[in-house]
Amino acid sequence: MFSWDLLANAVVAGLLLGGFYAAVSLGISLIFGLLDIANIAQPAFVILGSYSAYAMNDAYGLDPILTGILFTPAFYVLGALVYRVYYGSFERRGDESLRGLVFFFGVLFIIEVSLSLKYGVDYRLVQTGYLGKSIDLGGVGIAFRYLVPCGVGVAMTAALYLFLGRTFYGRAIMAVSQDQAALRLMGADPVQIKTIAFGVGIAASSLAGALLISIAPVIPSTDRDYIGRMFAITVLGGMGSIGGTLVAAVILGVVESLMATFFGPSWSLAVSFGILLMALAVRPAGLFGR
Amino acid sequence: MRRTGLVLLVGLAVVGAGIVLATVRVNPYFYFAGYVILQYVVIATAWNILGGYAGYVNFGTPAFFALGAYTAVVLIQWVRAPLPVLLLAGGLVSALLGLGIGYLTLRLRGVFFSIATLALSIVLQTMIMNWDYVGGSRGLSVLRPSGPPFGNYVVFLFTVMVALAVAAVTVARFIERSWIGRGLAALRDNEEAAECMGVPTLRLKLFATTVSGFLLGVAGAPFPYYVTFVEPNSAFAIDYAVNALAMPMIGGTTSWIGPVIGAVLLGTAQQLATVTISSEMNLFIVGVVLVAFVVLAPEGILGLVRKLRGL
Repeated sequence: MFSWDLLANAVVAGLLLGGFYAAVSLGISLIFGLLDIANIAQPAFVILGSYSAYAMNDAYGLDPILTGILFTPAFYVLGALVYRVYYGSFERRGDESLRGLVFFFGVLFIIEVSLSLKYGVDYRLVQTGYLGKSIDLGGVGIAFRYLVPCGVGVAMTAALYLFLGRTFYGRAIMAVSQDQAALRLMGADPVQIKTIAFGVGIAASSLAGALLISIAPVIPSTDRDYIGRMFAITVLGGMGSIGGTLVAAVILGVVESLMATFFGPSWSLAVSFGILLMALAVRPAGLFGR
Repeated sequence: MRRTGLVLLVGLAVVGAGIVLATVRVNPYFYFAGYVILQYVVIATAWNILGGYAGYVNFGTPAFFALGAYTAVVLIQWVRAPLPVLLLAGGLVSALLGLGIGYLTLRLRGVFFSIATLALSIVLQTMIMNWDYVGGSRGLSVLRPSGPPFGNYVVFLFTVMVALAVAAVTVARFIERSWIGRGLAALRDNEEAAECMGVPTLRLKLFATTVSGFLLGVAGAPFPYYVTFVEPNSAFAIDYAVNALAMPMIGGTTSWIGPVIGAVLLGTAQQLATVTISSEMNLFIVGVVLVAFVVLAPEGILGLVRKLRGL
């Protein structure tokens, strides 16, 4: 028997999941969508954010989302450093396609193994007062552990949208994604702007990681589940379109949630792969492509 | 052609030495570790046919390797097929997957191809975990056949792997020296330009993905008999993905000898580190060495050697 209740619950859960997926994908949308840097280590930085939230929560009982915000400067510096190495070793030599990809795969691997050396491969979670609660809206249950990350994700999307559209550095990032040579002629240094953009993208993963560990327990290899999702969302959203990222994230969230409800949770991972293939085959420019 | 004959002789000598080694009594651990290193020679060589020659970075090595291993598991469960049949079947099934991946290259290039291969590995692992016939996520014990042709069974498997490694390297060397290798190099440098010059890029890519898949499957087929307990997490381990990439990168991707150098050096180092430190620490070392090499010595050990000779 088909149950409308089940469907309504699945759709609501998917919408909430979508808001969270947007938070996870903003960084890669900026780095891959706008700067065209295939940073497949991005999900590893998100997991690093999860573990810093875990460490602060475990040691001082700090709220994970507060930790996520507090750690953004550290992640920004880390991102800027990684980009400098990447630029010096690959981009400047015009060697980014093959070896740059391998470089980021190595970074992903190092972060993952370092985390399992430090924390082991047991599932880790955070303790807070509000994450266990939920509200009931006429048969549809809304858990706070999904509602809060969704709200923060939408807020992050809005903040990044405003940053790129309204501030000097944000506009400079948009400019560098369109025409580097023109930017150089205007007297700005593209490498410096890209360093800032890459740093912002990694900084976003600090907060995204905190949201991730608020939703579900995390192990070091959780990052692999998110590589497909992130790139599927970025491509479907239209490479670097911030609004598109949110829409694509919500679509992926709802489809995954429906798959998990009606076919079993183990198939939800195949969804992002299917969406990525379909997007590339049917409309490579994405929904909101430039 | 005289050099080809020479290489053939060297290959036969390596196989012969392997058999002699198998009959001399040494510490049994030697064969156990040697098997893993030789398996990596096959994997690294297979990866390099696609990654090094054609420039398509495959992150899905575990998918092909595990498909070979699980094909063998099915055949063992079903008819207790002999080892040569397992090798051939494992190779053929993985070659089919390789052919499929080859058609993907029509749409997916660069990073998208790499992500698709990674996703493929995750999806395939999910499917195996839900398939009870091959043990599902709990895994499955495999009984080795009694009475290997010589020595004990690990020694026998070691000798088989010596032969497979020599065969894989010979195939890679043949591809590299033939017009196929030159065609692949052309499409690696610029696919559009190669196509315009009349290089049959699609056929070459399909060839490279199929051969690479076949060799990876063959490397995985004896795996059930080697470990005697197969479970998805060890068959689909990310170690295979990172090693398959790191070994050719460290050795040098442009020549058949590069992956061999990388596999022997890194494989031996890992075996020593596993015994003396810990298995997670050895993965950490692989990651650091990989990043250090792509940043500091992008042409690998072969590139360093060439530079030294040039001075």
